[in-house]
Amino acid sequence: MERKKKRLKNFRIGFCTLVYLFLFLPISVIVVNSFNATTSKPYMSWKGFTFDWYVKLWDNSSLLEAISNTMVIAITSTILATIIGTLGAIGMYRYKFKGKGLIDGLLYIPVVIPEIVLGISLLTIFSNVNIPRGMLTLILAHVTFCIPFVIFNVRARLAGYDNSIEEASLDLGANRFKTFFEITLPILAPGILGGALLAFTLSIDDVIISYFVYGQTKTYPLKVMESVKSGVSPDVNALSTLILLATIAFVVLTQGNIFKRRKGGYGV
Amino acid sequence: MAGKINHKFRANALPAMIMVGPVAVIMLLLVAVPLIYVAVMSFCSIDEYYNLTSDFTLSNYGRLANSDYIKIYGQSLLIAFLTTVMCILIGYPFSYFIARTKSKRKKILYMLVIIPFWTNSLIRIYGWRTFLGTSGWLNSALMALNIISEPLDLLYKNGTTVLGMVYCLIPFMILPLYTAIEKLDGTLLEASADLGARPVSTFFKVILPLTSSGIFSGSLMVFIPCLGYFFVADILGGGNSDVIGNLIERQFQSGNNWPLGAALSIILIIVTLVLVKIYQKLGGDMDALGV
Repeated sequence: MERKKKRLKNFRIGFCTLVYLFLFLPISVIVVNSFNATTSKPYMSWKGFTFDWYVKLWDNSSLLEAISNTMVIAITSTILATIIGTLGAIGMYRYKFKGKGLIDGLLYIPVVIPEIVLGISLLTIFSNVNIPRGMLTLILAHVTFCIPFVIFNVRARLAGYDNSIEEASLDLGANRFKTFFEITLPILAPGILGGALLAFTLSIDDVIISYFVYGQTKTYPLKVMESVKSGVSPDVNALSTLILLATIAFVVLTQGNIFKRRKGGYGV
Repeated sequence: MAGKINHKFRANALPAMIMVGPVAVIMLLLVAVPLIYVAVMSFCSIDEYYNLTSDFTLSNYGRLANSDYIKIYGQSLLIAFLTTVMCILIGYPFSYFIARTKSKRKKILYMLVIIPFWTNSLIRIYGWRTFLGTSGWLNSALMALNIISEPLDLLYKNGTTVLGMVYCLIPFMILPLYTAIEKLDGTLLEASADLGARPVSTFFKVILPLTSSGIFSGSLMVFIPCLGYFFVADILGGGNSDVIGNLIERQFQSGNNWPLGAALSIILIIVTLVLVKIYQKLGGDMDALGV
């Protein structure tokens, strides 16, 4: 029995280690290649160690522009989606109105439908009404696919929500705004925060939907996509490594509050 | 939920409009209308300059039945199926081990699953190509060690595409499974063992039924995106293992035949609807997909 238990434990550790190796293998390729001294495409063979790419990175203006576009789009869309989604979730929880079922059903579409379908449908409609593709269409698209994730997260929080607290607040003379900001929002905060984080990570990583609506405004994933054919240069790897370090630092710093209560899901 | 509507808020159209209005407008204008437009477009024709014309036609749907396309539908469904199975086979035991570990590092083990996905997915897929290519790291290492004399041909096969898909989508399997398994009541497992059930039958009669919700939602969230992830098939499959997404992408970019691309998208919409219906029949919770 003891030996069997030990064998099972070894199997468990071995299996999990293999899965983690699988998950981190391409990441280590990226990190190692960011120190690769090669200068010839497709930048695959190892030519020695260098820090050059971390310096050259700051001269690659189109790459820096792409990353700044990505940040602008992610921050703007996250803020918009979070505000619109939170209000929507509360409103839909609280009020009955005509067409509620329709809106509810539409919310599931961006979550389940293949991204490419959402991407091409936005492309066709933007081109039909002649909205020039660029920053505006990218933000509209990102807000659209982020809203449902915010709503579902806030809704999960609303499920255990007791309306009588709000009634008490109103009965005690607080007006509706005061009640909203001092009672409703603080209670929903964890759901809102979880939704916002999910929206942000989805926006930063989005390739497929952006690919159809970007016009001239390239985001970082689109910039990578463009270079895939000829070979992703090590300065892109260097930038990815820096982003990875920044996110790990963020996790370590914020760990303990927001990550404790997550059901799972964001960041993918 | 509806029964708990607060009487103080009821019959108050203005705040309802302010709160729900923006969501409603966006969902209608940027989800419903575009999808209806795509459906309409799938019946349109194009002239010789690839401009849309409003002539009604069924020819786009007729073209869907050509044998090259049918081969890709089959290939696409096969890739999606294999990816889903692999994700379950790897994801289930893995989630089980990390969700039920007594280790203090459980939270770290969980975070280690998520961290890789904060690096852009394209660049990670490209990392696989750098690793597996004929002049890639794996081949270079094996040749340097004299294990092989000729580089192995690992890229541009269905298997490589499946590997990339599994890599991209496995968190969508692991996370819901982790949630479902973590909720398992340990005393039930003990009870089952005490009553004489062997581990295998405890697994099939207690654990599996209680965690099936995670398998269902995970499978849905893995299978459907597989059909559309054209960039994985591009980078790792190199045109040899296209999915339906590649067909659509081509019509909206180089092919420039939007009505045909629209008709192809309708296939994906129908597949999605059917799978969602099955998911709901199995008792799946739609909200669980977006959390």
